[in-house]
Amino acid sequence: MLYVVIAYLWASIWLYLLLGGADFGAGIVELFSSKGNKLHTRNIMYKAIGPVWEANHMWLIIAVVILFVGFPQIYTLMSTYVHIPLAAMLLGIIARGTAFTFRNYDAIDDRWQKVYSKIFVYSSAVTPFFLGIIAGTTVSGTINPQADNFLDAYVLNWLNWFCVSVGCFTVAICGYLATIYIIGEVKEQSDKALFVRKAKFMIIAAFVFGALVFATAAYSGVPLAQWIFGHTVNVIAIVLAIASLLFMWKSLYVSSPVLLRILAGFQVTMILFAATSTHFPNIVLLHGGQALSLLEDVGSPKTIATLAWALLIGSIFILPALFYLMYSFGKENKEVIGHDA
Amino acid sequence: MDDFIAARSQMALSLGFHIIFACVGMVMPFFMAIAHFKYLRSGDEMYKGLTKAWSKGVAILFATGAVSGTMLSFELGLLWPKFMEHAGPIFGMPFSLEGTAFFIEAIALGFFLYGWGRFNKWFHWFTGVVVGISGLASGILVVAANAWMNSPAGFDFVNGEYLNVDPMKAMFNEAWLSQSIHMSIAAFSATGFAVAGVHALMILRQKNVEFHSKAFKIAAFCAAIAAILQPLSGDFSAKDVAKRQPAKLAAMEAHFHTEAHAPLIVGGVPDEESQSVKYAVKLPGLLSWMVHGDASKPVTGLVDIPKEDRPPVAITHYSFQVMVGLGMVMLLLGVVYLVLLALKKQPLSKKWLMRLFVLATPLGYIALEAGWMVTEIGRQPWIIYGVMRTADAVTPMPGLVYSFYLFTAVFVSLSAIVVFLLYRQILMVSKLYDVNSPDYLDKN
Ligand code: HDD
Ligand code: HEM
Ligand code: HEM
Repeated sequence: MLYVVIAYLWASIWLYLLLGGADFGAGIVELFSSKGNKLHTRNIMYKAIGPVWEANHMWLIIAVVILFVGFPQIYTLMSTYVHIPLAAMLLGIIARGTAFTFRNYDAIDDRWQKVYSKIFVYSSAVTPFFLGIIAGTTVSGTINPQADNFLDAYVLNWLNWFCVSVGCFTVAICGYLATIYIIGEVKEQSDKALFVRKAKFMIIAAFVFGALVFATAAYSGVPLAQWIFGHTVNVIAIVLAIASLLFMWKSLYVSSPVLLRILAGFQVTMILFAATSTHFPNIVLLHGGQALSLLEDVGSPKTIATLAWALLIGSIFILPALFYLMYSFGKENKEVIGHDA
Repeated sequence: MDDFIAARSQMALSLGFHIIFACVGMVMPFFMAIAHFKYLRSGDEMYKGLTKAWSKGVAILFATGAVSGTMLSFELGLLWPKFMEHAGPIFGMPFSLEGTAFFIEAIALGFFLYGWGRFNKWFHWFTGVVVGISGLASGILVVAANAWMNSPAGFDFVNGEYLNVDPMKAMFNEAWLSQSIHMSIAAFSATGFAVAGVHALMILRQKNVEFHSKAFKIAAFCAAIAAILQPLSGDFSAKDVAKRQPAKLAAMEAHFHTEAHAPLIVGGVPDEESQSVKYAVKLPGLLSWMVHGDASKPVTGLVDIPKEDRPPVAITHYSFQVMVGLGMVMLLLGVVYLVLLALKKQPLSKKWLMRLFVLATPLGYIALEAGWMVTEIGRQPWIIYGVMRTADAVTPMPGLVYSFYLFTAVFVSLSAIVVFLLYRQILMVSKLYDVNSPDYLDKN
């Protein structure tokens, strides 16, 4: 049963990264759009993500609930020592979610739209940035419960070059996912060209920040290269990700949108796989070589069993409905988008 | 302000903020479903406009509820890590089920908001009902988690360790039933009176009267029924509290000395130093009778509870008085409305009644917040009643005061924007939603 729970935890983080990531990406793409086509970009994006954004963000809540019910030590350790970036991420989530809704539901269309949009695009970038910082902190071995001063215990564990690079990398990945998703949603050739250009920009950014992650890892003493290149499966995962990326670069125009999405999803999956498989079952590496483990730092067996059943039964209700939602609106969008803006 | 107080205040603020949006999310879908049903049955376009107008409002509030709820699920750990470390696996069950309920709610809301004209009309209507049912279910589940903090169950506490955990027993603890019933009814009466009040104001101002009358009738009817059920369920809650948390009951009632024929104390200023209540009206024997159904039985007073286990008396007592007092006011108003309705006396044309409903707009929410203060402050100094003290649960991180200031600023500005947006929705009623008004723009 424990493995069922772990699988759900992994899946919800994975889905949050893919779906929530594409959703954040919509704001990031808008942030980096030139003045001329900002409005156009926004209209297309809104049509594409409007009906599903709420559901996309549920994955984060599922992950958090699994953590605090099933793995309370992990949840409490993180929320104690990574308090500040978590709080920053929460502020980002609040600002973003509310700004997005306000801008769509404000009954009067006036200057306030500009304010909502500003908040929306900036918080779309800030939130995944801190998400990346938090992810970086879990593997950088900098969390130190024995530290006796404020800076070491609560700040320097996440505020370092490595974690910041992971944050930037995450932002680039989200932007990339969004552009690939939208390429499949637009109809007109000019729009498609626009988003292909944006996708290429995001791919370059992801490459630059990816390289930076490796460089800063070496600088901060995180043996990242060794983790990735010391395991055959990880090498294969990374090689596959890069190969499919190169293939996509050449065929962004001609490939079917479904193939593009599958490939982009595949690349992100491989990155997450490489990042999590190396240490499994450890999930948070602490200062001084200790670690929190998904197999050891768990709630009572009965809790795990009930949690697993709750998740399994919940899925029976949720998944069909979710697929139907995405299917219905995916079909509809193809008909509407592109004629309006 | 020290860090501990800051943490408590931040928690209270976040919950007090979330509960408002949560209640709207629990109740408005039902109001919408009623309006929608009337539209589908009668084909009256005005009901369709009403359903849409309400659904726009709900979408704004829903997003605010969702983000503040997301925030809460992190805040429990950010502020109370020691509590969550032990409580998480025990009282987590309702939260994991709640995840399912929220998910269904979010999916159904997607269908409902974007589904006009896209699906079979009854399927579309049904997705709205599902939003309501899952919202109500998540409210009940999360209250079951809170009830566990009031009446811990489903584990054995041996030498500081939490053994033999049984999450199902923890969920169905002694307090969950009385609390969830009372909370669900409160959600209906608070939201009902708030919505009715806004529409009553518009009726008085003679704006889109037919539209607002239809809205008012739906909201006021539900509110009135809920207001009648509320004291009944409150009585059930009070008996329950007396059994499981005598200290909370004593603080609510400002009841210092254990005695037979214990009086019910109404109003007054409790003084913990002298253990007495000044300027109060005392109804002899009534408290004993309410708790035990027998006026001669004794009720435990605060003096017989160790000093370090007593909750703050004054604030608990005041909050309780506010809740009950407002509950009585709403009960009266609800009964008057229903009686006029039954006698076919056209209650909506009575200016005085509409004015009273306008005045009653915030009352339900004030009572609701006051009720939560009773429950939560009355549980102090415990975070898990009788098992873990709040002071032992707080995070070791210093500087929580700044976090409290920051989040206060966020909540205050969010509230301001939400009010502003709802105001603008109302401004636009005649253009967007009222089919009979001269300046209606048919852009739907
Ligand atoms: C519209 C709001 C509202 C109204 C009119 C009332 N209540 Fe209430 N009350 C609540 C809203 C509320 C609440 C906010 O929903 C609480 C907090 C926790 C809970 O379960 O419900 C609550 C708690 C609460 C408790 C504590 C329960 C506990 O700690 O487990 C008692 C004893 C009562 N109520 C009793 C009453 C009585 C006798 C009322 C008579 C009119 C009354 N309430 C009206
Ligand atoms: C939404 C309705 C609720 C409101 C308005 C509310 C209100 C409050 C208030 C006023 C306090 C501060 C008490 C004090 O410090 O004196 C508090 C504390 C707290 N509440 Fe609630 N509460 C609500 C529901 C819940 C639920 C459902 C949970 C959890 C499952 C919860 C968990 C806590 C925790 C962990 C604390 C901090 C520890 C404590 O002070 O005991 N509350 N809440
Ligand atoms: C008595 C107190 C509470 C009640 C009645 C309540 C009820 C609700 C309801 C009905 C919603 C649906 C959102 C909406 O329609 O606006 C909601 C949202 C949410 N609540 Fe609460 N809640 C309470 C306290 C809490 C607490 C203590 C937590 C966290 C531990 C929490 C976590 C959430 C989350 C994560 C969401 C967002 C889900 C979504 O996206 O739909 N709630 N709550």
